[in-house]
Amino acid sequence: MGTELIQTIAFYLFASLVIASGALTIVARNPVHSVLWLILAFFNAAGLMLLVGAEFIAMLLVIVYVGAVAVLFLFVVMMLDIDFAELRAGFAQYLPFGMLLVIVLAAEMIFAVAAWNAGGVEFAQRLAPTPSEVPNIQALGTLIYTRYLYIFEGAGLVLLVALIGAIVLTHRKRGDVRVQNVTRQNMRRPEEAIRKVDAPVGQGVQL
Amino acid sequence: MIGLQHYLTVSAILFVMGVFGIFLNRKNVIIILMAIELILLSVNLNLVAFSAYLQDLVGQVFAMFVLTVAAGEAAIGLAILVIYFRGRGTISVDDINRMKG
Repeated sequence: MGTELIQTIAFYLFASLVIASGALTIVARNPVHSVLWLILAFFNAAGLMLLVGAEFIAMLLVIVYVGAVAVLFLFVVMMLDIDFAELRAGFAQYLPFGMLLVIVLAAEMIFAVAAWNAGGVEFAQRLAPTPSEVPNIQALGTLIYTRYLYIFEGAGLVLLVALIGAIVLTHRKRGDVRVQNVTRQNMRRPEEAIRKVDAPVGQGVQL
Repeated sequence: MIGLQHYLTVSAILFVMGVFGIFLNRKNVIIILMAIELILLSVNLNLVAFSAYLQDLVGQVFAMFVLTVAAGEAAIGLAILVIYFRGRGTISVDDINRMKG
């Protein structure tokens, strides 16, 4: 009974915090605050996933989202010199209609979830039943590296394409700076760099 | 264990929050990208919750794939944002239709 209570308290804590920080992400005035609220939302979502025993995905969420994506957002927000007050111009204008639409959408989804009755679940139809005796990360690793190897490789390919794409997009050749040309430096020979002049006494030398 | 429907409700609210973020901040591309991240997070939460309640690990494999795509999308989106800002000096969505090529 004790663990049940702790689980319930933890669930409501994480759930309310993830919703609150999600809301603050989209209404925060300062984009840096937005990113920080987004990080809090990711942490709490990871907590929610931990509660159902998906430890690997929870840790992946913390590492990938908080460690990479959120820092990338923070970097871009701080790097670009943007007048954010001007970008918030239509904020109040879209608020009533957006609120109405969103309340309708949320009510529909929650009603659908509450009324949802899928009937009996065909447990025999499961593709990869969770083994009870091994930890989550071991079971997931066995699955990823065997049956879902192509999906895993595909994920790696997606990341590679994103990496190359981001570099290609942001790389630029600047014409106004002098850069070192290593090949030209290495090809340089004394004959073309030095000229020997037999300087006569008392007369200048034309260089 | 907490009921599946609790998880689905949290995930639905988070999804709607992301859609609302796109509505509200329709000029600021950075906040729109963050709202898309929120939407993908809610999808992941859904996949993991179903995976746990059906005792089927495939949902977590797909959650991992969604996470990868979300990370790639954020990287490419922010790269486009940076070159757009470099050329134009603003990130207002209203001007993006003037982008050519």
